[in-house]
Amino acid sequence: MESSVVVIGAGQAGGQAAVSLRQFGYEGQIHLVGEEAAPPYQRPPLSKDYLKGKLERERLFLKPRQFYEDSKIDLKTGVKVTGIDRHTRTVSLSQGEDLSYDKLIFATGSRARQLPTPGADLQNVFDLRTLDDIGQLKPAMQMGNKLLIVGAGYIGLEAAAVAREFDLEVTVLEMADRVLARVTSPVMSDFYQRLHESQGVSVRTNSMLKELVGRDGRVTYAVLSDGEKIDCDIVLVGIGILPNEELAADAGIACKSGILVDRDCRTNDPDVYAIGDCAHRPLVHYGRDGRLESVHNAIEQGKIAAAHIVGKDRPAEDVPWFWSDQYNIKLQIAGLSQGYDEVVVRGDPTSQSFAVFYFLAGKLISVDAVNAPPEFLSAKRLIAANAKISPENVADVSVSMKEIMTAALAR
Amino acid sequence: MVKITYIDHEGTSRDVDAKVGESVMEAAIRNNIPGIDADCGGACACATCHVYVDEAFLPKTGEQEAMEQSMLDFADGVQDNSRLSCQIQVSDELEGLTVTTPESQH
Repeated sequence: MESSVVVIGAGQAGGQAAVSLRQFGYEGQIHLVGEEAAPPYQRPPLSKDYLKGKLERERLFLKPRQFYEDSKIDLKTGVKVTGIDRHTRTVSLSQGEDLSYDKLIFATGSRARQLPTPGADLQNVFDLRTLDDIGQLKPAMQMGNKLLIVGAGYIGLEAAAVAREFDLEVTVLEMADRVLARVTSPVMSDFYQRLHESQGVSVRTNSMLKELVGRDGRVTYAVLSDGEKIDCDIVLVGIGILPNEELAADAGIACKSGILVDRDCRTNDPDVYAIGDCAHRPLVHYGRDGRLESVHNAIEQGKIAAAHIVGKDRPAEDVPWFWSDQYNIKLQIAGLSQGYDEVVVRGDPTSQSFAVFYFLAGKLISVDAVNAPPEFLSAKRLIAANAKISPENVADVSVSMKEIMTAALAR
Repeated sequence: MVKITYIDHEGTSRDVDAKVGESVMEAAIRNNIPGIDADCGGACACATCHVYVDEAFLPKTGEQEAMEQSMLDFADGVQDNSRLSCQIQVSDELEGLTVTTPESQH
């Protein structure tokens, strides 16, 4: 019988795995099963250009639908996986069909963390995760007046920037004492808070939402834990994501805040892989493991799993990288800054272009580059090469980043 | 439709019908052209859609913005005719454009 790979989840990672399998010469069946109606698409523009209306829906698609047919990839959209039997190597689908597999790939992604507060189910309370979410949010934003964003992470702040372009009154609520508290340093938090305030956003840190209250089922105001009321006719919730690991866990696959995988994306079952947001992977540049919620990770692990299945050499494991666009500011992040013990700012954080370098025990681990591609691209290379570079080296703005990088790589 | 030819570093040539308004990168991805990764999907964030533009067409591909210039400054094998293909918009003027992809996007 012909061999078969079943990919559960048709997002950036699942789509990449299917495409890479064919590219690497896999000749068996490929089934790509996704719950959403659309073929694999890019999520980052959802909170950016797509929300603004600058991109049509089809341009989000990673490949046109026809591509899958031409490549003999059996793309099933709007279909749920209802169960997995690893003994018979069978995946059961919501429309009653069963698929058998030789290799199974979990690319189940993540879902928006839900608000634990009363009123979370009112109308005009939105997540920002899927095309469907935006399909509802966009018309509401065009008609609305007052937007409340719960959570000052990257998604919430990107949406705030778009909403200001639509001239909405925007309030951002954040429990922590600064924006982006979980993901970056105080220098960066200050920069983004000032940026948003200068654009007319009301940023409320140390603020906890108690409940949302509505009229006729539609949200009208929020109550904070100190009793203060904030009027709003749209609420956007951006308080993080959770890995979709339940299906794997139910099938007896080892999970720990994500589906546990090795460098080849294999789980504790050698015929089962996990990739993308749902995977808890070794972070080779950091000597630890963790989950990465990023496009880079989805693409990389899609390629790695496909390569392993066809017996090709493992593709390179890049230094993790991310980006965020807000107003005219492009943030590019190289590496993971968690655990840093020293911060060096290169340039002036009150200007529109600077970079923040993070060190741990004297070693460069990450850079946040604000409108500063040289710092971002250099950092990727420096971290990958484990280059010898000191805080003093990067602080000196009289020397170009390229020269600093070249000197460090030669050491 | 605008005809664009992509030549890979080994010299294999592929023709694509690009749509006016999309980018030279998007036309490549839509048609599964090898040699262009475009990991960030056109946000000018990753520099993995580097191409060499046929000199005759360079003026018609528009001005490079500062962001693109500094991204390219770090790409491998940069030449005077290097561009990020996500930053070139397809227009009727580009009919017959030829771009060559570099050996590596990293």
